[in-house]
Amino acid sequence: MITTTYREAIQQALADEMAADPSVVLLGEDIGHAGGPFKVTEGLYERFGPSRLLDTPIAETGILGCAVGMAITGMRPVAEIMFSDFLMVCTDQLVNNAAKYRYMSGGQTSVPMVVRTSCGGGIRFGAQHSQVGETWFLQFPGLKIFAPSNPHDAYHMMRAAIRDDNPVVFFEHKAMYARKGELDKSAGPAEVGRARVCREGTDLTIVATLMMVGRALEAAERLEQEGISAEVVDLRYLRPLDIQSVIKSVSKTHNLLTVEENHALGGWGAEVIAGTVEAAMDELDSAPQRITLPDAPLPFSPVLEDAAIPSVDAIVAKARSMLGGQA
Amino acid sequence: MDKKPILPSGEPIRQDKPEALSESDLLGMFRDMVLIREAEEKVQSLYMKGLIHGTTHLCQGQEAVSVGAAKALKPQDYVTMTYRGHGHALARGMDVAKFFAELMGRSTGINKGKGGSMHLCDFDLNLIGAFAIIGAGIPVAVGAAMSAKLKGEDRISVNFFGDGTTNIGAFHEALNMASVWKAPVVFICENNIYGEFSRIDETTAVTRLSDRVAAYGMPGVTVNGNNVLEVYDEVKKAAERARSGGGPTFIECVTYRQRGHSRTDPAKYRPKEEVEAWLSYDPIRLFKDWLVEKGIAAEAQLNELTESVKAAVDRAAAEAEQSPWPSLDELTTETYA
Repeated sequence: MITTTYREAIQQALADEMAADPSVVLLGEDIGHAGGPFKVTEGLYERFGPSRLLDTPIAETGILGCAVGMAITGMRPVAEIMFSDFLMVCTDQLVNNAAKYRYMSGGQTSVPMVVRTSCGGGIRFGAQHSQVGETWFLQFPGLKIFAPSNPHDAYHMMRAAIRDDNPVVFFEHKAMYARKGELDKSAGPAEVGRARVCREGTDLTIVATLMMVGRALEAAERLEQEGISAEVVDLRYLRPLDIQSVIKSVSKTHNLLTVEENHALGGWGAEVIAGTVEAAMDELDSAPQRITLPDAPLPFSPVLEDAAIPSVDAIVAKARSMLGGQA
Repeated sequence: MDKKPILPSGEPIRQDKPEALSESDLLGMFRDMVLIREAEEKVQSLYMKGLIHGTTHLCQGQEAVSVGAAKALKPQDYVTMTYRGHGHALARGMDVAKFFAELMGRSTGINKGKGGSMHLCDFDLNLIGAFAIIGAGIPVAVGAAMSAKLKGEDRISVNFFGDGTTNIGAFHEALNMASVWKAPVVFICENNIYGEFSRIDETTAVTRLSDRVAAYGMPGVTVNGNNVLEVYDEVKKAAERARSGGGPTFIECVTYRQRGHSRTDPAKYRPKEEVEAWLSYDPIRLFKDWLVEKGIAAEAQLNELTESVKAAVDRAAAEAEQSPWPSLDELTTETYA
């Protein structure tokens, strides 16, 4: 067991996979000799050299298209798209090529590539640099979507993403890079598609991802003081989405709250609630609720941004209002 | 319609017999061009009968590009193309019955009926992708080239696309990256003068497309795309350059599609004089004339060969027509590895 940061956990996963498998190659803007814009790939260029880390021009479509071409010819490329907002520049390569390739080819090939991207708000980068976006690609069978909330999961899920023979979009929350946590390298491999109950409780299920997991855990601490026992479920994977774990939790707590850094319309919270109601309506004592971003682009001003992103206070308040009427 | 027609050169094939090609090679090339022509005509008639579905983008008139290029490559070379890829697939050696079966959506199709006309691939032949989105295959081709380069393989990547593609973003990104990395790739642009329904002089600032790639530090050459030997020569040179570490080349092959953009397009946007001139400047006729002139084959022999190819195409189509539909159990299979 070691204490490390979210950033270093990802770095170690990349290094360990690159050391074990010569077909793993990284590509992206400034990832090589500069060590990456968020320093995630620091030190890897010195260790593995220019034949394993390719610095690219600013050309997202080119980068992802290259990754597809490498993946269908026997390599395991890990492409970086600097900000998840920029995934929209190269979405064609991700959803029309990577996601559909195996199916359209009648199973002749697969696309074992990873697209890692830095996502999320709270650091005043403005509307075009602050979205999460893990929910955007729910509509594309063929893709897998990973979103770790802590160093331990970041390490094991990155290794699993690289081992996976399918295209994986890997969301790293940029505000969490310096956050520390325990990492047990021997506790792998990750179970792809399995959500994790990170705090047990009996009165309310709170489902969250990425930075919202930490806020949900803080809220659960405060709610405990008020006699409300909240169970926190970290989804970890958006595709495949582990609705069974949510249903199992709700069968115990009978109340469901989702918290996400996405807008309400089409956010994954809607999917989790729909899936729970479809399968386990009788388990619910209250109408499921979701806390989301407001229906506007993310603002720059700190006062506005802090109000937009779901806060610990907002989670506590919503939980109270859901359970207020219950004995 | 007052567009000034863009006419072919009218030049016959003047090349000497290429040293590297035997008479048998040359007859094989003629056969392959006829195969493509007959197969595309067959696709058309099957479509009219309701046996081929959706849409289809035919390449009659562009056979010299497919066959000239294919002959210049090695079996291990990666080939990528667009939705107008039937000619490249057949020139590469795709099984003709599986080709028709795919277009008919049968389970015996090369992609098990799941891809269709626009997505033909055969990884056993290193035909690794066909793309419906304009330009989407170009960076993929560069990635495949880099894969070969990083692994130190004796293998290049060849990518086919049309004239309209030279205006889309992916083209520019991919060509720049290929040049910076000296990727072992050959870009073959089939300039058939029309991007869908719009003529090149209406949409493109620099219409001599090989001039555009100087912007990427890459050699560019324009060739007569209806002269199968000229295409062969230039692709061979570019392939050698790529193989020896010299990086990418852009080859513009000027040609013409005898039919419309897609199955439902009667192509009324093309001036009559232009269409007629190009129809008579037929690449198969040009090659046939050359083969006869050089004494490589008699006209009667070539006619006989044509008939036998027609018969083989008929048999393959009939076999495809008899083959089964995919089972509904296969609807979601092969989404994930």
